[in-house]
Amino acid sequence: MVEKKRKKDLSLLEKIYIPEIAKGLVLTLKNMFRPKFTMQYPEEKFIPSASYRGRPVLVQEANGVERCVACGLCSRVCPALAIEVQAAETELEKERYPERFEINMLRCIFCGFCEEVCPEEAIVMSKDYELVYTNRQDAIYGKDKLLVPVSQLKDRLEFLRKFK
Amino acid sequence: MSILNIVIISVVKILIAVTVLLLTVSYLVYFERKISAWVQNRIGPNRVGWAGLLQPFADVFKLLLKEDIVPTVSNKVLHSLAPFIALFVAFTTYAVIPIGPEVNLFGQKIELVLADVNIGILYVLALTSLSVYGVTFAGWSSGSKYSLLGGIRSSAQMISYEVSMGFSVAGVLIIAESLRPIAIVQSQYGWMWNAIIQPIGFITFTVSAFAETNRLPFDLPEAEPELVGGYHTEYSSMKFAGFFLAEYANMAIAAAMIVTLYLGGWQFPYIDKFGLGVTLTVIIQIISFLVKTAIVLFFFIWIRWSIPRFRYDQLMNLGWKVMFPLSLINILWVAALVMIFKI
Repeated sequence: MVEKKRKKDLSLLEKIYIPEIAKGLVLTLKNMFRPKFTMQYPEEKFIPSASYRGRPVLVQEANGVERCVACGLCSRVCPALAIEVQAAETELEKERYPERFEINMLRCIFCGFCEEVCPEEAIVMSKDYELVYTNRQDAIYGKDKLLVPVSQLKDRLEFLRKFK
Repeated sequence: MSILNIVIISVVKILIAVTVLLLTVSYLVYFERKISAWVQNRIGPNRVGWAGLLQPFADVFKLLLKEDIVPTVSNKVLHSLAPFIALFVAFTTYAVIPIGPEVNLFGQKIELVLADVNIGILYVLALTSLSVYGVTFAGWSSGSKYSLLGGIRSSAQMISYEVSMGFSVAGVLIIAESLRPIAIVQSQYGWMWNAIIQPIGFITFTVSAFAETNRLPFDLPEAEPELVGGYHTEYSSMKFAGFFLAEYANMAIAAAMIVTLYLGGWQFPYIDKFGLGVTLTVIIQIISFLVKTAIVLFFFIWIRWSIPRFRYDQLMNLGWKVMFPLSLINILWVAALVMIFKI
């Protein structure tokens, strides 16, 4: 039988441990003086990139009207059944608008399917990740909370045109 | 000196020592968290009080408000006795460690040590071996297999490392020719620190002290990933805090022991040659003791966040096959030195 020397076998110096331990200590000491990664959350906030999928919002045009035509595709595709749309007629060119548009944020799983399926680019994922509510009723976001001016969503809309 | 004087002086000394020790322990917890954070490129606790300085008090207060859960299958007497054994041992050991030379205060000669016992080192060794009872009782009385494993491991580990610890202390005793901590400190005048004269003994004692205090890389009794917290799995509230504080108090005592035995205690190299006043000399000596202890404590925490835990067989191998022979070699080395140079 030939005894095979494995690569893992330690040399004498490594078996004494102490030089190796000293190496480890130097490494941790160096790390003590490196810049910190911690973000002091409430004072300092994380600004996500355009690819971030935060809470879904409805795009509001400059004239104050939502882009949504209440086709109901988002509500249809939603795997968590979080979206409810009720359509109504309007005098505007688009002829239809959502009379009621509700997203239950307790159900939403931030998959972004609604955004992907929307033919009008009317519902997009925003950068908003601070979702706090103290009871279940508050978690159902109506149009008042969902409408966001288009100027605030430029990042995401550009990102979608590029990659969707 | 009348008896009343002795009583008053002792009580004042005890009060000061206990307060300092408790503060040290609570801020050790704080620095443990801070240093662990720095090593991992984090900031660490900084919300409670200025720079998080009130964090340890918040921690203890939180534990006070928690429910004290005693498992139904536990042995209730031992279960509540165990943390007190751990705490008692941790706090009484400090009595014999000198923090400074003899001082003249209000016309009295006062030794800066709680009890100037002539078998002080023996007393420390005896009490630290008692501390294993706290851990073993906790593990056994909890009625949980993880706790039991932790307790058994702890007793095996402590007994194994006590041997090399005792033998490495013997080297110091040969040089000092006394078991009195003060005499040991005085024997390390100038740069004649035991850490320099007998480096092997210093290393074996430090490693054994790590094992005795159950600190990483020897924290097998706790071993979170395998034993879910080991011997204190079934403890909550103030009883858990008892073990927690005992661990850190043990650490502070181990550091003070290392300083006393190997790093010259309160000696500051050749301070009497500087021609400073008596008061200033004493103050510098006390500060030098505290600074040395702080550095050793930092080393304890630094090691914890650098080195992974040993496997159980590696621990036993290291204890019996490496540390034990090394401490014997150290005795021979010191004996030869004493023979040749008549130190």
